[in-house]
Amino acid sequence: MEKISQQRPVACAPDRPPGAGATRNAEFWAGARDTLPLIIGAIPFGIIFGTLAGGAGLSAAATMGMSLFVFAGSAQFIAVGLVGAGTAWPMIVLTTLVVNFRHLLYTATLLPHLRRLPRRWQVVLAFGLTDETFVVAAGHWADADPGEHKQWYQLGSMAFMYTNWNLCTLVGLLAGRVLQHIGGWGLDFAMVAAFIGMVIPYLTDKPAYATVLVSGACAVTFHGLPYQLGLIIAALVGMAAGVIVERRLRAGH
Amino acid sequence: MIAGMTLVTFGIRYLLLPLSGHIPFPDGLQRALRFVPPAVLTAIIVPAALMPDGSALQLSHTNPYLVGAVLTALIGWLSRHLLVTIVCGMAGFAAWQWILSRWA
Repeated sequence: MEKISQQRPVACAPDRPPGAGATRNAEFWAGARDTLPLIIGAIPFGIIFGTLAGGAGLSAAATMGMSLFVFAGSAQFIAVGLVGAGTAWPMIVLTTLVVNFRHLLYTATLLPHLRRLPRRWQVVLAFGLTDETFVVAAGHWADADPGEHKQWYQLGSMAFMYTNWNLCTLVGLLAGRVLQHIGGWGLDFAMVAAFIGMVIPYLTDKPAYATVLVSGACAVTFHGLPYQLGLIIAALVGMAAGVIVERRLRAGH
Repeated sequence: MIAGMTLVTFGIRYLLLPLSGHIPFPDGLQRALRFVPPAVLTAIIVPAALMPDGSALQLSHTNPYLVGAVLTALIGWLSRHLLVTIVCGMAGFAAWQWILSRWA
């Protein structure tokens, strides 16, 4: 594996909790464990995707292929909706591009950490950079401890999300007929609940409150724009609000 | 279609990594990126809670997504525990939906 880690003394206990000197194994499983609550939010989402895809006329192979290769929940949902509406595939690919544009911000945020990793690590971690894994991993990278294997933490998170997402898609596919009305059960609220839980730890200071308030207001205002452009605009304006408030506070002191 | 979706999704997630050595990364941008998680997540949550059918604002107790979201935020604020927040939030949403179906 990596040369650096082979040069390290082998004094680490095998299952130390993450922190300074955490082993690869410990980091991997800590990443998986910290992603568990978000998995609970993603389970209904994945099952609903599996059931809807069949109903929209997507073959079982195409449905599984989407979860296996694309691995982007909201984009997959929208693609299924567009397939059902008879949209041409180039339009669906273009929509995927716009819907996933927020992931560019994710890579940018993690860039200072990921840029030091070897190419193959970057490829694997970029493939699995979902909303959930991003938030969990961003928190861990930001921790002050000088863990040398933090990439294993992100790998653990993405591996868990990936396995779960594909299993749930499969369950949804297989149970399609039985669960046809699952969309009406309101299980789609699971994602809202999970995301609310993910936002709250960030609400620590005034700039963060400004970000959330402005982003939320803009998201509602621009919701009518096509291809979820409103989401990107709201996120950018919200970030700008956070920066402005932070500057004001700094200037005031 | 799937190949195209795979390509653009991975492309967006990967794009900046090989470029990172060549583009400047100013301090201001670095600070702005701290706000990415709350900004993006909120922009997804708020419309989902306030306009669940995707078009009109539903600011009423008969909108279970709104009631559920407020309840989840409260639980999250008090408990500061992600798993508790998600599970109780989902349960609260389901309970409110059931109540509405019985009495509303």
